[in-house]
Amino acid sequence: MTTQTTAAIAARHLVKTYGDAVQALDGLSFSVPVGTIFGLLGPNGAGKSTTVKILTTLSRADSGEARTAGFDVVRDAASVRRAIGVVGQKPGFDAEATGRENLEMQAVIYGLAGPARRDRVRELLQRLGLTAAADRPAKTYSGGMQRRLDVALGLVHRPQVLFLDEPTTGLDPEARADMWKEIERLAREESVTILLTTHYLEEADRLASRLAIIDRGRIVAEGSPDELKRELRGDAVHIELSEDGVTEAATLLARVPGISEVALEGHRLRARAENGATAVPALIAAFEQHGVTVTSATLSRPSLDDVYLRHAGRAFHEANEKEVAA
Amino acid sequence: MIAAQHSWQVTLRYLRAFVRQPAWVVISLIQPLIWLLLFGALFKRVADIPGFTEGSYIEFLTPGVVVMIAVLSASWVGMGFIEDIHRGVMDRFLVSPIWRGALNVGGVVQAVLSVAVQALIVVGLALLAGARYNGVGGVAVLIAVSGLLAAVIGSLSNGLAVLTRQRETLIGIVSLVTLPLTFLSSALMQESLQPGWVSWAARFNPVEWAVEAGRSAATQDPDWALIGSRVGLLTLLLVLSATFATRAFRAYQRSI
Repeated sequence: MTTQTTAAIAARHLVKTYGDAVQALDGLSFSVPVGTIFGLLGPNGAGKSTTVKILTTLSRADSGEARTAGFDVVRDAASVRRAIGVVGQKPGFDAEATGRENLEMQAVIYGLAGPARRDRVRELLQRLGLTAAADRPAKTYSGGMQRRLDVALGLVHRPQVLFLDEPTTGLDPEARADMWKEIERLAREESVTILLTTHYLEEADRLASRLAIIDRGRIVAEGSPDELKRELRGDAVHIELSEDGVTEAATLLARVPGISEVALEGHRLRARAENGATAVPALIAAFEQHGVTVTSATLSRPSLDDVYLRHAGRAFHEANEKEVAA
Repeated sequence: MIAAQHSWQVTLRYLRAFVRQPAWVVISLIQPLIWLLLFGALFKRVADIPGFTEGSYIEFLTPGVVVMIAVLSASWVGMGFIEDIHRGVMDRFLVSPIWRGALNVGGVVQAVLSVAVQALIVVGLALLAGARYNGVGGVAVLIAVSGLLAAVIGSLSNGLAVLTRQRETLIGIVSLVTLPLTFLSSALMQESLQPGWVSWAARFNPVEWAVEAGRSAATQDPDWALIGSRVGLLTLLLVLSATFATRAFRAYQRSI
């Protein structure tokens, strides 16, 4: 099959359960074309990290199969390991060792020797802006530098496929912007396929050329960010109301011509309008007629948040908060 | 070749971390002195007990303290694994082509080297206190046997660390097991003066195997058949415990 040979990652029907109760993956399937930045987007606890663990041979699925860089992750785990770079959610560097020592050791593990090893280590230190700090213990690095050291460790052996598991979580906005630039540069200059997991919508929107939305261990939508947004015909309508009559307002809204997918969140209503420009005056008129006070009404082009809402049946930030609480 | 190269890299990592913590280095140099001087003074009169045939107590005690140091320091090796698991370093290694055995070997070699240095300090100090040995060869056997025991215990500690992943659990197991193992041996008390059940139980105790072989080589008329058999048993145990430590990763990877 042609898809088999051109996919950097192909996962089919992956199932993973922890203990008896926690179903982390529930028949997850997706594939990543070679040379793309592929975003795996979902709230905390959706199954992103579990997917990465299985695809990188760290963990095993209960059933289903997966190929990474063309190799079966179970039968040919050794080949997968040589072909991939992994930047995990937790820091992977040795805090007591210096940046250079960390990279040297990683280079030995991947079979680099002699001048090639020294050059590669020097090159990575320079590229990731760690040259000045190269001989300081990594525990003295700032958060952004530590994250860049982790990325450098994942790149030592010029992997075909690079896994970045929530690479910007916990970084300040400036360090995050740096990391985004670095990821874009990597994809452009090193022609490496990147699987990026994130629970930041804007991160997926900016970096990923294709993405899959993961919810409760399943892929609920897959495509380029634009394709996914285009699927949502029309505009997103957000209405804020004063305290009273929210439920009544929802019912009213659903009756307005051209309005669909009404959802209620606290005092806010979200809906989709085939033509926002005509729908908004109509719905405000309808509300006023029934004595419901509208605080604000806004129209927007569809965002990934809307895509998520449509496919997962709940708003992204709600899912995130709920999973964090759980 | 790759196995040796990877093992050396991991060992280097542990040695580096060790020497960069001066407090740790100092403690591990002082601790053997405390054992030798404290036990030597506390149990000095043991040599007066009728039936004690080993000459001075300090001479008798030295091999026992060397083995005891091996047990007590090597049993904590697994703490490094737990640290690595919590930090994410272990996961980085496990998705790399590193030889799995090297992960165990690194910490174990560091423990063995540290035991060897501490043993030399104890032997030197006892020499100053009047103990006499069967030359350099006898002392070398004592240190080698203690190193072998340290490797066995270090590997078991690593395996348990991977399976439990909890500092508290490992601390509990180490505290529960190490002292009874040490006292169920002739490390501190001549066998013929022990209660019968202790010397019976000691026959199955790897700590006793190391004490017997080390003491025989260092301070007694060496019984090479005994030394050979004890070294053989400890080597077999090392193969088993190192296999256990390496296999434990499979259980770990299944559970994450």
